[in-house]
Amino acid sequence: MRPIAVHTQRIATTVLWTLAGLTIGVLLFIIGFVLVRGLPHITLEFLTAAPRSMGREGGVFPIIVGTICVAGLAILIAGPVGVLTAIYLTEYTRPSRLTAVIRFGADCLAGIPSIIFGLFGFVFFVIRLGMGPSILAGALTLSLMVLPTIIRTSEEAIRAVPLSYRDVSYGLGSTRWQMVMRVVIRSALPGIGTGIILSLGRSISETAAVMLTAGSALNLPRSAYDSVRTLALHFYILSREGISMEKAYATAAVLVLSILGINLLAYWIMRRFIARVT
Amino acid sequence: MMTVPSKLQSVNLNLWYGAFWALKGVSMAIRPQAITAIIGPSGCGKSTLLRCFNRMNDLTRSVRTDGQVLLDGQDIYASGYELTRLRKRVGMVFQRPNPFPLNVFDNVAYGPRVHGVRDRRTLERIVESSLKATALWEALQNRLDRPALALSAEQQQRLCISRLLAVEPEVLLMDEPCSALDPVATQHIEELMRELMQRYTIVIVTHNMQQAARISDETGFMLLGELVEFGTTKTIFTNPRDKRTEEYVTGRYG
Repeated sequence: MRPIAVHTQRIATTVLWTLAGLTIGVLLFIIGFVLVRGLPHITLEFLTAAPRSMGREGGVFPIIVGTICVAGLAILIAGPVGVLTAIYLTEYTRPSRLTAVIRFGADCLAGIPSIIFGLFGFVFFVIRLGMGPSILAGALTLSLMVLPTIIRTSEEAIRAVPLSYRDVSYGLGSTRWQMVMRVVIRSALPGIGTGIILSLGRSISETAAVMLTAGSALNLPRSAYDSVRTLALHFYILSREGISMEKAYATAAVLVLSILGINLLAYWIMRRFIARVT
Repeated sequence: MMTVPSKLQSVNLNLWYGAFWALKGVSMAIRPQAITAIIGPSGCGKSTLLRCFNRMNDLTRSVRTDGQVLLDGQDIYASGYELTRLRKRVGMVFQRPNPFPLNVFDNVAYGPRVHGVRDRRTLERIVESSLKATALWEALQNRLDRPALALSAEQQQRLCISRLLAVEPEVLLMDEPCSALDPVATQHIEELMRELMQRYTIVIVTHNMQQAARISDETGFMLLGELVEFGTTKTIFTNPRDKRTEEYVTGRYG
């Protein structure tokens, strides 16, 4: 019996290590691939200048600004809406048919391909509401796209807050809203923050949905009604239309680095936050 | 011989969890400035009764109550009775020390802030006096910004009591407050309770009979949702009227 068990254990360990290594390996390969090709072309000029001749020359400054505007506004809209919805679902209702429908709806939305969101955003925000291809239309579309993620991650984080905190807060005479704002949200903040950061990353790297709703203008935007081009879309256009592979990889490298940066920053902030309370 | 009016009194109190009848016509009068212990085997309804005294059972689904609970003669189950005010007057300390994941100061200031105190000076004064009341001030006055969860279990439980005292309650409900503490810490908390008794009305639920005998003035024995016997602690432990009480306090079951 024993040798076989030991043997199986060895096989299991080997297989698991190989698979885990493979996953990390592929990830590192992709990041390395982009960085090796892109980094040499990232210069100060590339980051601070406007593109010339369709992006063959010059830099990506307006595109960085456009990306920040669209993704940032999307999170500013989806963040509060998502977190408040999660609070409603967890603290203000008891499980019922309505909450089941809302949850089911959120899960379905999460599984819809982004191009469908793009199509909806194009028909509804761009055409029907007359926003035109714009920061606003793009941000609203992206906010719908990431809303389910924010709702579900916030919900999980809120559910993980010990029930005893709620008892204590009520026991001290707080109202439900005070309890939610002062205890529950504070304790759930790391989890809620993680969901929001994931969504920010998805918004920044989304291509299909913004192509149809935010447009592809290369100018620096002046208002939320201006069309902009995001980094991911810029990369797509540069490579697809064969404008400049060098600039395309440089753009991709900026995109990858900014997402890495955001995740590291978020991780660091969460760690500090958790260290402060425990 | 009616000497002092009861601070808190349940009158023919019944409670159901769904179809389960958890409290059966419990009538109990609790003296002010004294410690009243409620003892009984697990599942006898003692914690449920305690949670009726500040309507914490309202938070549990499918709970139904009838009968009355009088606080200074007023029925707290009467419609329109304000829950936030009730819980300010009747506070609870729980089994496990459960400070919020905040620093020491914010834990104690939580209650006053919830009740609208904004002024920093006032909050500092309340925090200091609340920590002094539980003998934590000496140890923590320079560590008010430290996370409360980093304190020892005993200090955490003291902190929870300070947090409660900060809202200036009149009645302290304690649900097995020492069950997560070691014997030395338990002794310290018991001493603290004897001190607090001078100013507050204390009701403690405990499954530790020695503890009830040591610290309480009056004791109620519960069994299967009924209050079997209620009287001075001395009577309950040395000369109980009911056979079931006698069997329980002499350790024949439970």
